[in-house]
Amino acid sequence: MMQPFTTLTSRTVVLRERNIDTDQIIPARFLTTTERKGLGKHAFSDWRTLPDGSPDPDFPFNRPENIGARILVAGRNFGCGSSREHAPWALADLGVRAVISSEIADIFRSNALKNGLVPIVLDEPVVDELIDRPGIELQIDIASQTVTLPGGTRVRFPLDAFARTCLLEGVDQLGYLLRQAPAIQRFEESNQRSQRHAR
Amino acid sequence: MTTPRTLFDKLWDAHVVTPESDAAPAVLYIDLHLIHEVTSPQAFAELEARGLPVRRPDLTKGTLDHSTPTLPPQANGQRPYASDEARAQVDRLRENCSRFGVELFDYDSPQRGIVHVMGPELGLTQPGQTIVCGDSHTATHGAFGALAFGIGTSEVGHVLATQCLLQRKPKTLAITIDGELPPGVGAKDMILHVIGVIGVNGGTGHVIEYRGSAIRALSMEQRMTVCNMSIEAGARAGLIAPDDVTFDYLRGRPRVPHGEAFEQAAARWSEFHSDDGARFDREVHIDARDIQPTVTWGTHPGQVSAIAAQIPANADSDEAKARDYMGWQPGQELAGRPVDVVFVGSCTNSRLSDLREAARVLRGRRVHPRVRMLVVPGSEQVKRDAESEGIDRIVRAAGAEWREPGCSMCIAMNGDIVAPGQLAVSTSNRNFEGRQGKGARTVLASPLTAAACAVAGEITDPRPYLTTEPADHSAMAELETA
Ligand code: SF4
Repeated sequence: MMQPFTTLTSRTVVLRERNIDTDQIIPARFLTTTERKGLGKHAFSDWRTLPDGSPDPDFPFNRPENIGARILVAGRNFGCGSSREHAPWALADLGVRAVISSEIADIFRSNALKNGLVPIVLDEPVVDELIDRPGIELQIDIASQTVTLPGGTRVRFPLDAFARTCLLEGVDQLGYLLRQAPAIQRFEESNQRSQRHAR
Repeated sequence: MTTPRTLFDKLWDAHVVTPESDAAPAVLYIDLHLIHEVTSPQAFAELEARGLPVRRPDLTKGTLDHSTPTLPPQANGQRPYASDEARAQVDRLRENCSRFGVELFDYDSPQRGIVHVMGPELGLTQPGQTIVCGDSHTATHGAFGALAFGIGTSEVGHVLATQCLLQRKPKTLAITIDGELPPGVGAKDMILHVIGVIGVNGGTGHVIEYRGSAIRALSMEQRMTVCNMSIEAGARAGLIAPDDVTFDYLRGRPRVPHGEAFEQAAARWSEFHSDDGARFDREVHIDARDIQPTVTWGTHPGQVSAIAAQIPANADSDEAKARDYMGWQPGQELAGRPVDVVFVGSCTNSRLSDLREAARVLRGRRVHPRVRMLVVPGSEQVKRDAESEGIDRIVRAAGAEWREPGCSMCIAMNGDIVAPGQLAVSTSNRNFEGRQGKGARTVLASPLTAAACAVAGEITDPRPYLTTEPADHSAMAELETA
């Protein structure tokens, strides 16, 4: 059910802070929704506005030149904290398709991949360089697992083989798991879990 | 001879349906799936869209905790929800549970509670299990020797539909804490200290096993406090091997086997420990005697210090940003900073022993006039137990609010919020910017420290309160007659 994701060319938008947690990406007061869509307008809500409630013209996602930027570059340990999938939903709703950082928190990474948002971990010096040059155009290629910088330098990033297939082929992970039903059935029977754990 | 295995290895091996390969992650079987109103609606919608049932409704349990009001229902029976959306979210979980045949601990249940308080209390949480929930503090259940971790909403859908998850095997990190904790220093101080040592990303990609004599000496409730905050160090799960403390806690709980069957289960559970010689990917050693009453000073749980310490003077840019957000001056003493709000609650510290600790300080004393203090029990059961001991009266006599169970100010999505710029001392687990309300400043602390700060009206070391008599005899008298 996901669109295949092969390449992406876009300018970057930069949030240089380290440890950007999911409470910053989408504050808890917006979690009462029962939908996946529409969270973009609340993304970074507490960072986007000035104390009087008006949009902060300096906040990167408010700047006109960043509208349409699909690659977010952020400081180390992006997406830590809560397991809320609302964080990648909010970013995806803003149009972000890739996050580049020198470290990305486990649950965020897993949630992101289920929403066609690629988590890309690069070495800290490379990320630092990207942070210092906001707005440059990058090319991301999933098949070769590379990011191409403006000068043509290509940097490789790690990507789990399964995640790579899922992105390239738009694999539906739930569909994949449902096809494991016979093995799941055998597991349940051999462990007699149905008896042991039924409450 | 078989290769020695860690506790984690044993839990993992026992739940692999399909082993992992380069091309695909393992399919891991889940024994218990806990759901709540915030992270489940979109997952149920996915099942509905595909016409799928819940594979094992008997292994799925629901509760209402995150967006639920902690004020009692109004005269007309309506609960004071923060918004219509919050009410709709709760109603959605009710509909989904009844439609898909999932047991829900609703408002009328005497056992409803914060998901990570309720599971252990009912004995739903058992050693040797895999447990997941759409909440990152699911790590709490690891205190029982269960592999328990938080998942996102898509994965909630995966577990509802297949009772399985796709998982890559994480690495293991042993944190050994030996020695005796000094008096007045507890489990919360211990875990804050640990996160300070290994850092907010120190556990990323790892499952932590907490070991050592200081861990063995903890009660079950204290062990839960420690495991709860594993995620604050970036680890998805924290584990403690089950022992007699675990079995004594579980024996007689409503959802565990009873009589001989329990003893058989306990014998089976005893095998869930790391073998001698088992190899961990990383090891960290901590001396419990080095731990003092600890709080956070910054805006993530790794920015911790002893209460006696000062705000960093030579800060890097992140520290300086945190310091500014918190409104501190470089080099300022932490102790003595004025406090506006104190919150005792959350799945980290809302169990009976936590409320007893707070009450130990509050008894016969009054909350400082500047301070608003909320005490929110973690479950209906905790609330009843505390009330039967008179803790509610101690709390009220001190001038604090005694609330209905729920997550409350931990996540501040039910209307219980800290106002912009206010400083809250909180027993919860996250001090992120705005976590307790837009612009709110949070200092994480133990229940003892939180209660002492409430009385003092400023950040203070709780230990003097444990050895001196309350000064306010009128409050004492009020309590006797209450
Ligand atoms: S108390 Fe806080 S951390 Fe615990 S389940 Fe509720 S919101 Fe999550």
